[in-house]
Amino acid sequence: MNPIITKILYALLTVFIIWNIGMVLNGFTRKVYARVNKRYGIRIYQPYIDLIKNYSLDTLVYHGVMYYLGPIFRLTSGVGMVLFIPLIYGSEIFSNFSFAGDAILILYFMFFGTLGMALGSNETGQPYSTIGVARGLAQVTAAEVPLVLAFLSVFIQNQSLSISEIVSVQQGGFMHWTMWTNPMATATAMLAYLGSMMRSPFDVVLAPQEIPIGPPTEYHGSFLAILSTNRPIFAVAKTILFVNMFFGGATNWGMFILKATTLYMWSVVTGTIYPRFRVDQSIRFFLKVPLIMGLLSILLLQFM
Amino acid sequence: MEKFKDFKKRTVIAPDGEKIEIDPMKDYYCDAIPTPRKDYDKIPGILENFKNWARSESLWILAYGSGCGAIEMRPLMTPKHDAYRYGIQWRPTPRQANLLMISGYLSVKTLRIVVRAYEQMPSPKYVMGLGSCTINGGMYWDSYNTINRLDHFMPVDTYVTGCMPRPEALIAGFDELKKIIRAGKGVGADKYAENFAWYKENQKKILGDVGLPEYSW
Ligand code: SF4
Repeated sequence: MNPIITKILYALLTVFIIWNIGMVLNGFTRKVYARVNKRYGIRIYQPYIDLIKNYSLDTLVYHGVMYYLGPIFRLTSGVGMVLFIPLIYGSEIFSNFSFAGDAILILYFMFFGTLGMALGSNETGQPYSTIGVARGLAQVTAAEVPLVLAFLSVFIQNQSLSISEIVSVQQGGFMHWTMWTNPMATATAMLAYLGSMMRSPFDVVLAPQEIPIGPPTEYHGSFLAILSTNRPIFAVAKTILFVNMFFGGATNWGMFILKATTLYMWSVVTGTIYPRFRVDQSIRFFLKVPLIMGLLSILLLQFM
Repeated sequence: MEKFKDFKKRTVIAPDGEKIEIDPMKDYYCDAIPTPRKDYDKIPGILENFKNWARSESLWILAYGSGCGAIEMRPLMTPKHDAYRYGIQWRPTPRQANLLMISGYLSVKTLRIVVRAYEQMPSPKYVMGLGSCTINGGMYWDSYNTINRLDHFMPVDTYVTGCMPRPEALIAGFDELKKIIRAGKGVGADKYAENFAWYKENQKKILGDVGLPEYSW
């Protein structure tokens, strides 16, 4: 078969696998939350049923073009990230479309979905959406600053913008991981990771008790379903990006799932034990400790 | 755009008597009268059954407490009853809910909001009435400010009796509703669309013309 067609087929397969991992993790996470609340919790496969149901509800309301495009942008950013991250190191087919300098593109993709969502939900004119968008953009931007500093630090350390190269440098043993060679950047990124996962203490964006559900307030039926198709893909893609940057990447699917799950659980465990920050508190948080840590990590590189 | 070509500005009277002119292009409400779902009754079969199964196993409730029975919904979320494990979840916005629980008496004031919330829900949508108040008015049957028959204002799929119903009764009610949905009989939204004029007339008899948009999804 034509190599490019093979590549596309494998890319689709990758997206499908990632989506499934995300869905299961999603159900598992909610189970963890329930058990901490001493409840039995949902069935692990409930997210799948919810998705099917949402796809089979009517969509009735017309809010404008951007309203339609919002979920699509969001999905694009999730799928785009998956396609450009080298998922399995050394595997020709599961490196997908990664290329030299892909790290910059991925950083853009991470923000792109948020912007699309913001434009889409603002078009609905629903005040709760607008509040959610304002909070979300403020918080994501604040979390992005230390995140980019941490990434820059790794780029400078490896003199490369290619994720594949950064992963290859980390091969050859546990102690080669960025986690050990650049601990300050890793710590910064781990804090920023919490900020971008929208879990406690940084979940004021969706705040169901105060502003019904934040940006997606008006989204329903298949729009909501597209959003919740993206959610697991995006979360796992983001997690994998962090695994590649800081924890040595993965050489096979077993390693991939193990590392992704462990890292994912970091935000889940933090989420179960911490109460919610207000927006101003979380912005202040990100612009204090993680920001200073990020700057330090770049400074420290000069002396190593 | 073809669909919106005969949109004209209209004047509505706000609850405090003030006249407001509404520009339809800036209005957030849809202009179309509801129509029954196309696939309803006409393409039964494996796909529709599968969809109905998914709909019945994933009931998202609009948490709208309208009467004293609302208090019984809270224990359902707590460890003792934990309705989540039956696929029942609470959503804070009507757009994402497919089950409206009317938890008891509806005062004239809340009826307006409830009708609007119902219309904003995507179909197929279901309504569950709790307590004797929704069936015949209960202890408020001759009250001047509550309505006494819910199914004159929106189609009700299932009632849960009691004053007030216990959480166990609610769970039994959910089971009943699931059976109805799976049998393909959860067609309240279509009934509402088919008898739209009658329902609107009943609503207006109680509410008067208070500037509620004719249709609000
Ligand atoms: S049925 Fe009883 S508990 Fe329910 S709203 Fe009426 S009076 Fe209250």
